[in-house]
Amino acid sequence: MTGEDASPEQAISPEQVIRNVLADLPRNRGVVVDSPPGAGKSTLVVRAAAHLAETGEPLMIVAQTNEQVDDLVTRISERHPRLTVGRLSASGYVPPLRLLELTGVTVGTRIQDLGDPDIVIATSDKWAWISGRTWPWAIVDEAYQMRSDKLLRIAGLFERALFVGDPGQLDPFSIVDGDRWSGLSWDPLQSAVSVLLRHNPDLPVHRLPVSWRLPATAAPVVSRAFYPFTGFRAGTGAGERRLELATGGMGTVHDRALEEAARSGWALLELPNRHTVRTDGEAVQAVALLAERLLQRGAVAGSEQGERPVTADRIAVGAAHRDQVAAIRAAGLPTEITVDTANRLQGREYDVTIVLHPLSGRRDATAFHLESGRLCVLASRHRHACVVVARAGIAELLDAHPSAEPVRLGVPVKFPDGWEANQSVLEHLARHRV
Amino acid sequence: MSLLTSLARLRALDEGIAQPIATVRHCHLSARPMVFIPLKLSGEAAAPLAAMLGTDRAEPRLLVVTQPRNRDLRFAWAAELAGLLLPYIQGFLRETETVERKNADPYERALDAPQLIVPNPAGVAFTRLLGRSTRFRRADGPYPVPTGVPLLGRWLTWFAERAGYPGSSLTIAATDELGRHWASGQSGLEDANLAALLAWITDGPSDDAEDPLIWPPAGPVTDPGFDAEVLAPAIEKGSAERVTEALRTQLEPTWRLMWQAIDLLGGLPEGASVAQRWEQDRASFSGLAAQIEDGAPPQARHDGAIAAAARLARMERAQAAYEVQRAYDDPLVMAEYRLTGEAFAGEVVETEPENFEGEGRSRKLRPLVVVKTDDPVRLAPGTTLGTPQRRGQGAQLVSASDGLVTLKITKGMGRGKTPTPGAVPEVGERVCYTSLTDDFQGAPSLPDAEATPWTHGGPPREYRPTDEDAREEWS
Repeated sequence: MTGEDASPEQAISPEQVIRNVLADLPRNRGVVVDSPPGAGKSTLVVRAAAHLAETGEPLMIVAQTNEQVDDLVTRISERHPRLTVGRLSASGYVPPLRLLELTGVTVGTRIQDLGDPDIVIATSDKWAWISGRTWPWAIVDEAYQMRSDKLLRIAGLFERALFVGDPGQLDPFSIVDGDRWSGLSWDPLQSAVSVLLRHNPDLPVHRLPVSWRLPATAAPVVSRAFYPFTGFRAGTGAGERRLELATGGMGTVHDRALEEAARSGWALLELPNRHTVRTDGEAVQAVALLAERLLQRGAVAGSEQGERPVTADRIAVGAAHRDQVAAIRAAGLPTEITVDTANRLQGREYDVTIVLHPLSGRRDATAFHLESGRLCVLASRHRHACVVVARAGIAELLDAHPSAEPVRLGVPVKFPDGWEANQSVLEHLARHRV
Repeated sequence: MSLLTSLARLRALDEGIAQPIATVRHCHLSARPMVFIPLKLSGEAAAPLAAMLGTDRAEPRLLVVTQPRNRDLRFAWAAELAGLLLPYIQGFLRETETVERKNADPYERALDAPQLIVPNPAGVAFTRLLGRSTRFRRADGPYPVPTGVPLLGRWLTWFAERAGYPGSSLTIAATDELGRHWASGQSGLEDANLAALLAWITDGPSDDAEDPLIWPPAGPVTDPGFDAEVLAPAIEKGSAERVTEALRTQLEPTWRLMWQAIDLLGGLPEGASVAQRWEQDRASFSGLAAQIEDGAPPQARHDGAIAAAARLARMERAQAAYEVQRAYDDPLVMAEYRLTGEAFAGEVVETEPENFEGEGRSRKLRPLVVVKTDDPVRLAPGTTLGTPQRRGQGAQLVSASDGLVTLKITKGMGRGKTPTPGAVPEVGERVCYTSLTDDFQGAPSLPDAEATPWTHGGPPREYRPTDEDAREEWS
């Protein structure tokens, strides 16, 4: 299981993939596009939206959160100002200012309020309340984040659909135990795409082959660990992305970790092996210090987009649990730095990320901590470098906790295996340990 | 495990006795519960061996399959079980009330419902298997079973399904329910042993609980020593009487423990929201009875796509409501939310009962209350609040700083010019406010099963019971 057995599409250019997708649309009821982190998923959605709207037939777009919907509205409207866009929302929703300034965009809580726009966009939760009309086309964005029961509620609204999403992200979940449905092809807790493909196995599945976000130092690592059978490559070559620290270091481990990250794109700041509570004080301190030093040393990021300083809003800190996030925030970071859990960092992009390893200081490795999507999200948000803070001993912990989840009949084997993905990332990080 | 439960477990270990983690009982306890202790044959998935059951602690009924490998005897046993359980269940159908509904016809709801109490979650799982293996049988056709058996299967299936429904009290696993009210100093796995858990709650941990000679396992699995040394020789001998008496020794101790557990739970006052959840249980009971009456087929083996999504939505809604109601009913549960900053309690230090907002006709009474609290408040201004002290009221957080929280009451003040006495907390009163609220938006509707979309496999084929169903093996 290595990245070598790459899919044939890896050699194809992203432009060709997009053309193939658009060509497949009229020929199939559904088309699925898998997109690794930062591979231009939104660009594809905007292109496909414009392409479908040109046919003159109305189009509906489904996203999962209000932020995603607002982003899409903005992108479509900026790129194709002649298209009219209706933004459907729940009654409590307050549209951000940038949305109201766009021409051709209407916001309303009912379909009737929107006039008859070329494109109607809403969250899947909002779409579930719409009935009495069907659209010839739909685009479902972030379809791997969407639970299949949500798709069930809205699938009657469209005739054909394009499903776009990242299979490596976190799976949808529920607050109740869903074992009774495991193995059913329509398991409501599975993602919309897995249920769709189990019932329609002949639908074409395309893959975007190039990550524009991840640098050349990260794409192979993430691809090998989390997309073992559907590899992708970086859009930039080695050395095209640079991270420079303007001021000299003081030789502390934190400074050396930042220097290693600037040089190689990765760094592992390893703390002494110890079992700790979730909000491990030392680890929290280390994360906060790293962020502080990164700002103090005046990091500058150089890329195909030019040179720019790494300001606080270009830095993110990621952790597994909410209480860890609260503890890190309380450690006194500038408020412009994003601190959040993997769930909420999904789909976002920063120059540098600082990650508290989900297994750091733990006594056991539960399914939650081993879920490959969690580590994948945390390790694939950066354009330049990622610094991981962890206690020593994670490899031994993993060895002591092989996956012990029950195997259920009829449930497709999930790849990548979280345990193996963790080992793979760890092995790579070990080379950048300070 | 939450922080307070962890603390209670440590304290239990330290003091050598289980610690309460609830001040009220969060489940309904029937005046006439049916205690049901099933046993199965070792090595078989669902071969019943015996059951002790009854509603009267002085009169347990013992049903035994004297040769568990004989399928005819198994179904005879199921028929006996039906003979005891069905009259108990049907007895609750006689008295009903008419319930009016919005946008739907009124329906009849039973005034009370049956309640099945089994020792542990494994007992629930076995009940499900029993239901699964009997509900598709038929009393006629090529493989007939005694009448009553298929009907029993449908009720057992229903009991087992309701056990997985958050907040339902129709089926209670004694160890689970005790574990929701007391924290012992042992692991969760050990808590599944009824004798051990009860010892922690009453006199403190005891090695006796581990000794199968003193406290035989509470089922459905029997003690291997008993299997080899007592049960196997008795079955081989072919003596029905010996088998029956041997099994009685295994069941009677658990029978006593079950009633002890019921007494312990009964000693707690009932939580305020329990009756509301029991009402849903009664509705579910009447619902299945009406379906059976209408001649509907037995519950499907699997949920279809639409049924699965509908059930998931109902269960998620029930789970969320159950958690909120428990917190409102019980200050010890609310304490968890106070620790995480989702709730705060304190003393009212200042009020402005006649604060108004808006002008003219939209002028509304919006009393202001200032609460002094030591809790960490992590709620943003504008957050909607509720309070267990005044359940009809809604409030909004205005500001929070330095242990002083200002809130304004936004709901439940009526149309008057002055608040009704007692509607606004007095200075000095102790109050608790939380961002947990129980008013959820209803779920959007699902398509009918015949309209299952292509993404989910299209409309399913209609189920028609066949003789094949009845031929399924029972083991």
